[in-house]
Amino acid sequence: MTALTLSKAINEGLRAAMERDPKVIVMGEDVGKLGGVFRVTDGLQKDFGEQRVLDTPLAESGIIGAAVGLAIRGFRPVCEIQFDGFVFPGYDQIVSQLAKLHFRSQGRVPMPVVVRIPFGGGIGAVEHHSESPEALFAHVAGLKVVACSNPSDAYWMIQQAIACDDPVIFFEPKRRYWEKGEVDTDTEPGPLFASRVVRPGNAVTLATYGPLVTTCLEAATAAAGEEPARELEVVDLRTLSPLDLTPVLESVRRTGRLVVVSEAPSEVSVAAEVAARVQEECFHSLEAPVLRVTGFDTPYPPAKCEEDYLPDLDRVLDAVDRSLAW
Amino acid sequence: MSVPPDRTPPTVEIAGAPPVPAPTREQVLAGLRATDSGTDLVQLMTPEGERVANPEFDRYVADVDEAALRALHRDMVLVRRVDREANALQRQGQLGIWVPLLGQEAAQIGAGRALQPQDMAFPSYREHGIAWTRGIDPTELLGIFRGTDHGSWDPREHGFHLYTIVIGNQVLNATGYAMGQRFEGRVGGEDPAGNEATICFFGDGATSQGDVHEGFVWAAVYDAPVVFYCQNNQWAISEPTERQSRVPLYRRAAGYGFPGIRVDGNDVLACLAVTRWALEECRSGNGPVLVEAFTYRMDAHTTSDDPTRYRLADELELWKLKDPIERVRANLVREHGVGAEHFDALQAESDALAERFRAFCVDMPQPGPDRMFSEVYAEGSPQVDAQREAYLAYHASFEGAGR
Repeated sequence: MTALTLSKAINEGLRAAMERDPKVIVMGEDVGKLGGVFRVTDGLQKDFGEQRVLDTPLAESGIIGAAVGLAIRGFRPVCEIQFDGFVFPGYDQIVSQLAKLHFRSQGRVPMPVVVRIPFGGGIGAVEHHSESPEALFAHVAGLKVVACSNPSDAYWMIQQAIACDDPVIFFEPKRRYWEKGEVDTDTEPGPLFASRVVRPGNAVTLATYGPLVTTCLEAATAAAGEEPARELEVVDLRTLSPLDLTPVLESVRRTGRLVVVSEAPSEVSVAAEVAARVQEECFHSLEAPVLRVTGFDTPYPPAKCEEDYLPDLDRVLDAVDRSLAW
Repeated sequence: MSVPPDRTPPTVEIAGAPPVPAPTREQVLAGLRATDSGTDLVQLMTPEGERVANPEFDRYVADVDEAALRALHRDMVLVRRVDREANALQRQGQLGIWVPLLGQEAAQIGAGRALQPQDMAFPSYREHGIAWTRGIDPTELLGIFRGTDHGSWDPREHGFHLYTIVIGNQVLNATGYAMGQRFEGRVGGEDPAGNEATICFFGDGATSQGDVHEGFVWAAVYDAPVVFYCQNNQWAISEPTERQSRVPLYRRAAGYGFPGIRVDGNDVLACLAVTRWALEECRSGNGPVLVEAFTYRMDAHTTSDDPTRYRLADELELWKLKDPIERVRANLVREHGVGAEHFDALQAESDALAERFRAFCVDMPQPGPDRMFSEVYAEGSPQVDAQREAYLAYHASFEGAGR
């Protein structure tokens, strides 16, 4: 076991994947000498060379479009999009080519490409640097979408995503990059496309992912310390497409109550899909409507407003109260 | 757009070249519309079928004897026949849509026959002639237009990627592929047979897409061995090339730092020579290269289009005089004494191909209800699996009720 920041954990995961497979290449803006604006690729170009860690032209469609071509050639590109809000010039290539080539080619052309995107707010940034666009990718057939929430998962999930023969959009909680956690680099945990109970409980189920897993765990700790104590079960969804709701359904059948928590706007969101599926599968178990605690259906606001925008411990506990009071 | 009458065109400075005055707007438009009269157009055979000497490019077709010329002619005749048959099949309701290549046979056969087996080609969606040269049977194109598949051939086996319908996307994909060729050391090696290149096909309309710009930038900065082969057929559905560019398209290459060349796209010999040169440049490490094949879309954009709404019949009549197949036929007759029996035999071969093509088309099976769930993912998806299971059960409930 070793303590790593989430950023360093991804760095170590990338390194391990590159050592294992010479076809793995890292590409993106400033990922080489600088090591990426969040230093996630720090030192990789120095050790693997400029043909495996590419400082690319400043063009996101180019990053994805060239990665598609490299994948056709047999490479396994790992693309870095510098910030969530900058992915849209590459969205056409992601949706039109990356997601569809395996299907179009009737399985002859796999697309083992990972697109890493730092996402979410809470860092006091300017516009386009704090968004949560995961639903826009989860909605696209042919893509797989995951979000890591802690250093251990980050270390393993990036390697599993790279090993996957499908395109994976890999969301990284940028405000958690510098949080440390224990990482067991010897024992691979469970599969990539599986959600996981990260804190057991029996009162209310919280389903969340990415940066808000920490927030929900803090809320659960707080709820357990209140009088009367309430034990919240927290599920880290980890995989947003395909959604793995098995632990959520199992949990809701016990608790009868679900609050889905994410930073993204609520309308037509991953949280909405979770709510829809849970009511389909657990209708008779539900004691209260599925509630959502999310960002608002507004553009991401200026930094001084983000404390109001972002779901926090109090908003989560407020929803828990409302669920229990139903 | 207007130009003040007293405006003096600025002088254009290009490193290493004597300064030249920038062209006037009239000259620019004349350049865009230039046909086979410009000095910047590589032509080896006139529309009348006369072979013209070209000290720079003759050597790239020195091996083209009568038999080889007949083979190029045969390619073009058969590809046109398939194209016309497919057009007819659409009119008869057998295809949902067809994308005609009529008039672009030389641009495609010349480029396609310049490729080596180890090269890779990225088409848009009109490259039926390139497909032919990559060993793809014409019947394999039908599924896309009949609606039974999105592409049926193996891109790796043929060195021919699947058709790309989103305009310009394939330019970046081709660039990435060519970067990979370079990373794998398949460029500039001492054994020429081990070297590879990529060719990417797109049209005049695509040159306005950001992906084409980015592809040019990326290919330039990574020295990617890719030939950007623009078939300028003058029309992007209803919009003429003047709506896409102020300068002749091949000249754009200079801004990215690689060579650009314009070839008579209706001259199969010139297209073969120029593409062979361009591919050689790429294989030897001097890529990328932009080739503008100056041609004409003699039919509609697709079978859903109506060109009478935006262009004059006179223009088509002018281009008919520059037909890519007729000039080779004239040359074969006049300079090689090829007789009627050859052309009769070719006609019979063409008829037989069309018949086989048609029969295959009308017999194509309807995809089963499970087809759409297949190969969405390489490693599967529980969601898609569950939907397939549920839908097939629903589907089976009807079958059971009906029998």
